Amino acid sequence: MIRVAVADYGAGNLVSIARALEVVGAEPVVARDAEALRGAEALIVPGVGAAGPAMDRLRRRGLVEPIRAWIAGGRPVLGICLGLQLLFERSDEDGAATLGILGGPTIELAGAPTLPHIGWNTVDWTGEPALFAGLAPGTAFYFVHSYVAAPLDPAVVIAEAEHGSRFPAAIARGNLLAVQFHPERSGNDGLRVLANFAAIAAARPLPDPAGALA
Amino acid sequence: MLSRRVIPCLDVAAGRVVKGTRFVDLVDAGDPVELAARYAGEGADEIVYLDIGAAPEGRGTLLALVERTARSVFIPLTVGGGVRAVHEMRDVLRAGADKVSLNSAAVADPTLINRCAARFGRQAVVVAIDAARESLPDGQDRWIAYVRGGRERTGLDAVAWAERAVELGAGELLVTSIDRDGTGSGFDTDLLRAISSRVSVPVIASGGAAGPGDFVRAICDGGADAVLAASIFHRRTFAIAEVKRAMAEAGLSVRLTSGVAA
Repeated sequence: MIRVAVADYGAGNLVSIARALEVVGAEPVVARDAEALRGAEALIVPGVGAAGPAMDRLRRRGLVEPIRAWIAGGRPVLGICLGLQLLFERSDEDGAATLGILGGPTIELAGAPTLPHIGWNTVDWTGEPALFAGLAPGTAFYFVHSYVAAPLDPAVVIAEAEHGSRFPAAIARGNLLAVQFHPERSGNDGLRVLANFAAIAAARPLPDPAGALA
Repeated sequence: MLSRRVIPCLDVAAGRVVKGTRFVDLVDAGDPVELAARYAGEGADEIVYLDIGAAPEGRGTLLALVERTARSVFIPLTVGGGVRAVHEMRDVLRAGADKVSLNSAAVADPTLINRCAARFGRQAVVVAIDAARESLPDGQDRWIAYVRGGRERTGLDAVAWAERAVELGAGELLVTSIDRDGTGSGFDTDLLRAISSRVSVPVIASGGAAGPGDFVRAICDGGADAVLAASIFHRRTFAIAEVKRAMAEAGLSVRLTSGVAA
């Protein structure tokens, strides 16, 4: 059973994510500090709300550098919603500097008939991304957000959705994965995405590079 | 494409589903988690719990219920009733709710809306507005907001209050017509249109659903993004799938795959 740390910094629905991981056969570990990441094989960075306060809370818990080190070490990570946006450089919402692991800002969803974008929207992808294994393009997932990533490198976008304009619904670069929707709130199909993430992490774990989490 | 949502609402008190004429003649109608799981399996897009007891001493019971639900129903959960402070909203979200609906407390202190939105993001803040239609001497209708479960008239113009709530940080509005609620005479599409045409956030229609056609009209005529109903689902007058089929036949985008309960 793969151990998946869920970063707890007071900005997400951890109950649902932890329970959804159990349902798909993973072992969730709620990680309130860097120490709790030890022994985990994969990491989920959840999050809702604004980027600035979220970064502040990540810093207060001492989680910023461990998350950077985790990703730098090529270990499996899944960002969810704000957890996707934090991977980029900064948020236009409050000007907050974010993790800067991927190039580009987070911008308000352009042309949206309603904001926040709340509800089930269809997600499209081409090819067969492992994160969506067993699912067909056009599957609906639950979104709740107003901002979207604007990656400098379009190659990191593996799936898109549309609400007024097209935006990245899922991101991948090696073992770094992220979704703008909430798989833990997207019924069976969302659980499938979490199961796929657990399978990807179990198949492609990298050893904890010595000192990376020190 | 973004789907129009169908949302069953469960009135809860002391951790149980209750049925009645909103606040009187309440009858125990079972375990909310079982009912929520059933609805999720039948294709509900979200679940709303309205804690109609909302007594301070009952908060622990409510939080335990929210957590039990979040652990077994993997679709979004909104909880309304009794949240009067940021820390109370935090407790409900930490228990596993995705959104909190504010009503009377937001009218009493509108800054509660922006304080909650600043802390948790506006997407987590639903402002519920219970409105009743009044006819003015000039023949114009307007809607007045009510609080305390529809028992207390505020004097606030419901449409102006809706705009103000959105300015303050509401990410969604749950608009209930008191006149239509429980009557089965259809949603008040004039009220919905008056509000949806003035705000950019999603509007959830509530109060008066009798059949699938009412849901279609709430969206097509009222401009609602989502529709909420209680009794027609609880009494099994119509299944969620029947409502969605009617919406799809009317050309509306709906999610036809089902949710899940573990």
